[in-house]
Amino acid sequence: MNHFDPLPFALEPERYELADDPMFSTGVDRREFFKTLGCGLVVLFLLDSATAQQETGGGGRRGGRGGGARPTEISAWIHIGADGTVSVFTGKAEVGQNARTSLTQAVAEELPVPPDQIKLIMADTKLVPFDMGTFGSQTTPNMFPQLRRVGAAAREALLDLAAAHFQVERASLKLAEGAIIRPDTGAKITFAELTKGQNLVKSVTDAAPLHPATDWKIAGTSRAKIGGPDYVTGRHQYASDIKRPGMLHGKILRPVAYNATLTSVDTRAAAALPGVTVVHEGDFVGVAAPDSLQAARALDALVAEWQTSPQPSSQDLYAYLKEHVTNGGGGRGGGQNAGSVTEGLALAEIKQVATYNIAYIAHAPLEPRAAVAEWTGDQLTVWTGTQRPFGIRGDLAQALGVPEERVRVIVPDTGSGYGGKHAGSKYAGDYTGDPAVEAARLARAAGRPVRVVWTREEEFTWSYFRPAGVIDIASGITKEGRLTAWEFHNYNSGGSGLPTPYNVPHVKSQFHATAYPLKQGSYRGLAATANHFARECHMDELARLAKIDPLAFRLLNLTDPRLRAVLEAAAKTFGWGASVPRPGHGFGLAGGTEKGSYVAACAEVTADRQTGAVRVLRTVTAFECGAIVNPDQLKNQVEGAVVMGLGGALFEAMEFDKLRITNPRFSEYRVPRFADIPTQEVVLLDRRDLPSAGAGETPIVAIAPALANAIFDATGIRLRSLPLVPDGLKAPA
Amino acid sequence: MPQIFELQVNGQSHRVEAEGERSLLSVLRDNLDLTGTKYGCGEGQCGACTVLLDGVPTRSCLTPIGGVGRRKVATVEGLAQNGRLHPLQEAFLKVGAMQCSYCTSGMLMSAFALLQKKPQPAEDEIVRSMNGNICRCGTYQRIIAAIKLGAQALREAGR
Repeated sequence: MNHFDPLPFALEPERYELADDPMFSTGVDRREFFKTLGCGLVVLFLLDSATAQQETGGGGRRGGRGGGARPTEISAWIHIGADGTVSVFTGKAEVGQNARTSLTQAVAEELPVPPDQIKLIMADTKLVPFDMGTFGSQTTPNMFPQLRRVGAAAREALLDLAAAHFQVERASLKLAEGAIIRPDTGAKITFAELTKGQNLVKSVTDAAPLHPATDWKIAGTSRAKIGGPDYVTGRHQYASDIKRPGMLHGKILRPVAYNATLTSVDTRAAAALPGVTVVHEGDFVGVAAPDSLQAARALDALVAEWQTSPQPSSQDLYAYLKEHVTNGGGGRGGGQNAGSVTEGLALAEIKQVATYNIAYIAHAPLEPRAAVAEWTGDQLTVWTGTQRPFGIRGDLAQALGVPEERVRVIVPDTGSGYGGKHAGSKYAGDYTGDPAVEAARLARAAGRPVRVVWTREEEFTWSYFRPAGVIDIASGITKEGRLTAWEFHNYNSGGSGLPTPYNVPHVKSQFHATAYPLKQGSYRGLAATANHFARECHMDELARLAKIDPLAFRLLNLTDPRLRAVLEAAAKTFGWGASVPRPGHGFGLAGGTEKGSYVAACAEVTADRQTGAVRVLRTVTAFECGAIVNPDQLKNQVEGAVVMGLGGALFEAMEFDKLRITNPRFSEYRVPRFADIPTQEVVLLDRRDLPSAGAGETPIVAIAPALANAIFDATGIRLRSLPLVPDGLKAPA
Repeated sequence: MPQIFELQVNGQSHRVEAEGERSLLSVLRDNLDLTGTKYGCGEGQCGACTVLLDGVPTRSCLTPIGGVGRRKVATVEGLAQNGRLHPLQEAFLKVGAMQCSYCTSGMLMSAFALLQKKPQPAEDEIVRSMNGNICRCGTYQRIIAAIKLGAQALREAGR
C-alpha cells in the first residue's frame, strides 16, 4: 500500500485552500538540530517532488514574496533524545479535531514507545517544518502516513545501533516498548541508551514501505484526547489565555459599515486617558491599555467619521448572485460535462426543475480569534489560534515590513476553527483583518506585549463566512426511475462536491463565480454541504415523483460500492422501510462523498403544521473513511459534524442590511444547543484495506438534505432554502 | 477609580485592586491568572464564563467585580481537590466529552451546580439546566452522558 500514489479521488483546487503562494522557509538548519535538541537520533521526512506539488496546491512555487526556490522538502521529523523522549515536529495545528492524538498514535504504532513518551511539537514556525495549513481534511491522509514512516525509519535505525552494540545480527533482536532486547542473553538496551551521544540524522521518503492497517496495534484503537486533564482543570492555555510580562489589552476601531472608508479620526481624547496608546497607521486605528475596560473606554473616546456605500442586503442576496456572474462557469470545482442534457431530457418521462438557496453562515468558534504579540528588539513572536501558522507568519512579515526570519508564530492548541481560522490571507481581504497583525502593530507602537481578543460581535462581523449560493437543477428520469439527464448550476457557493456520484448519461455540472456582498471563505466541508443539499433533496423529489422509495431510487442509479455501503448501513440501523412514520413524523435520507470519505444520514423529525415547530428526534449517520485511526474520536467528529450541520440546516443564517450584519450575537444568531439535539447513532465502517482519509468535514454534508427530506415526509412541504425553518415551519410562498 | 476588593475564590482570599465596573471574568483571568474561565460572547449567552457565586451558576462576563461582595467564587480551577480530579472531570475524560474543549470549564461549572441541587437529574432536567452553555463542536450528547456518569460516581462515593 502506498499512500502517496495519486490519491483515489481528485483533490479539488478549492478557491480558499491550497491557492496561496506558499512562503517556504523552515528556518531550520540541519546542523542546528543537535544544538537545539541535544544529541540523539533525528529522522526527517523528505517529500518527493510529486507529493510536494500536491501538498502545495499543484502549482509549485511561483516566486512571490519570499523569492527563490523552495529551500527544503522536509515536512516532518522526529528526534529521540538522551532521556528517551520522542519529540515529533509537525506544522499541523490542533483545533479540536484531535490530530495531536491521532498523530501520536502514528508514531507509537511504528516505534514502540508508550504514547506518553511521545511529545508532539505542533504549529510553531520556529521549530517545525513548513506546512500549508490544517485544512482540507489533509492531516490524516498526508501527515499520518508521513509520521508512520519516520517512526518506522527510527525503529530501523535503532535496530542497527543495537546490532552494533550487541555485535549480533539485527534480525535476531526483538523490540520492546522503548527498548531492544537480545533474546539469547536477555540483555536489554533502551532507546535512550542507544541514542546517547549520537548525532545521527536519517531520512525517509514516501517510498518507504509501511505494514498494512490490518496489523495495527496502537493506530486503529480508541485513545483519549492527549492532554485531557489539562482541559478539564482549566490549565490548558489557549492563545487568548497567554499572558506576557507588562502585557496590554488591545482593541481595534472597526468601520461603521462594510465598504466604509475612514475620512477622519480624532484620537486626542483617547490618547489622553491614563495608560493608553493609540495607533493610527493608514486605515488602521487601534488602542492598547492596561486592562480591557480601559481599552474599551479608549475605543469609545475615538471620534471617527466614515463614508459608507451601500451593498446588497440579505433580502436581495439570491437575485444579486444570479445577476452578477463573473465568469462563464465550468472551470474550477470539478465540473462535469457528458452527453447532451437536451437529449437526456427528451428521453425523460418525468422531469423536474428546482432552485435551492444557501444562506451565509458563520463558523462561530467558541474561542474567538485571538493573538498575543511581543517584540524583542526586531524579533516578533505571536501566539495565535490559526489553521495557517506559516501563512500568518507571511502576513505578519508583509504587514509589519519585517523579514519572515524574524517572525515566529506559535499556535497553542486552539478553541476550534471549522475552516474559519485561516485568517488574514489574501482572500479574506486586507491584512488588518487578523488579530495577529493587529496585536503586532499595537505592540510595536506601545513597546510592550499586546493581547487582542476579538469580541463575539467582531467575530460575527469581521471574519469571513461560508459563501451563500443559488443552485439550479433540471433533471429527468424514466418511469422506472433511471436518470436520463442532470443539469446542475452552482452560483457562488463553490465547487466542492459538485459532481453527481449517480449514474447519468447526459450530465452537466457547473460552478459559476459571481460578485458577492460579504467576505467569504473556507468552512468545514466547503460547498459540499450546499451541493449535497441541493442534489440529495432533488433526488428525493424525483423518487417521490416516480413513486419509488428514496433509498431504492438512489441504489438504482448508483454503482459506487462505498457510497452504496454507507447508504445501506445507515438505512439498516435506522430501520428504513421497516416502519412508516407516525402522523406528524417524517423520515428522510441522504448520502454523499467528498474528500475520499463517504457518508449517509437518516433522520426522523416531527413537524407541526399548526404551530410550526420542527424537532429532530433521531439521526443515524454511517461514515466510511478507509482505515479508522481512532474509532472513538472519529465517532466524536461525526457526531459533532451532524450537530453543526443541523444548525446550518435548520436555523443559522447571517442577516445583513445594506450596510452591516444585523444579527452579530449568539442571542440573535441561533446555534444548536442541548435542547436541539436528537438521539444520535453513528455507524462506522472500517476499511482496513483502504488508506485513511480525513474525517473532519465530510460527515457534515448529509444531514441538511436528510432533514429537508424528513420534513417533506412529515408535512408534504418541500423546503428548498437553507436554513429550512429559521422561524419555524411555513409553507413556501 | 480603582478600589481594593477582597475576593473569596476557590477557598482562598485575594486582594485585588480594580475598578468596580470591571467584569469578574476579566479580574479572574487578568488579575488572578485564573484563565480556565473563558470569554465566549460577553452577553451571557454561551456559558463559557460560568462560575459559581455561593453555589449559583453565574455568567462572570456580565458580573461587575463591585457587585460580588462577600459571595464565594468557585471556578474550574477549584474543582480538583488535593490533586484529585472531581468525579465530573473524570467523567468528561472517560466519555471523551470534548473536542476543542474551550466550552469545558463552563460546562463543568454548570453541571457541578446542577448536581449540587439535583444529584440524580433526569435527562430533560440536564438539557434544561445546561441549555445556556454552547458547545460549538457539538459534543452535547457526550456531555449529557458525562453528567450522568459523574452523578453516578458522586452517588457511589457518597458525596
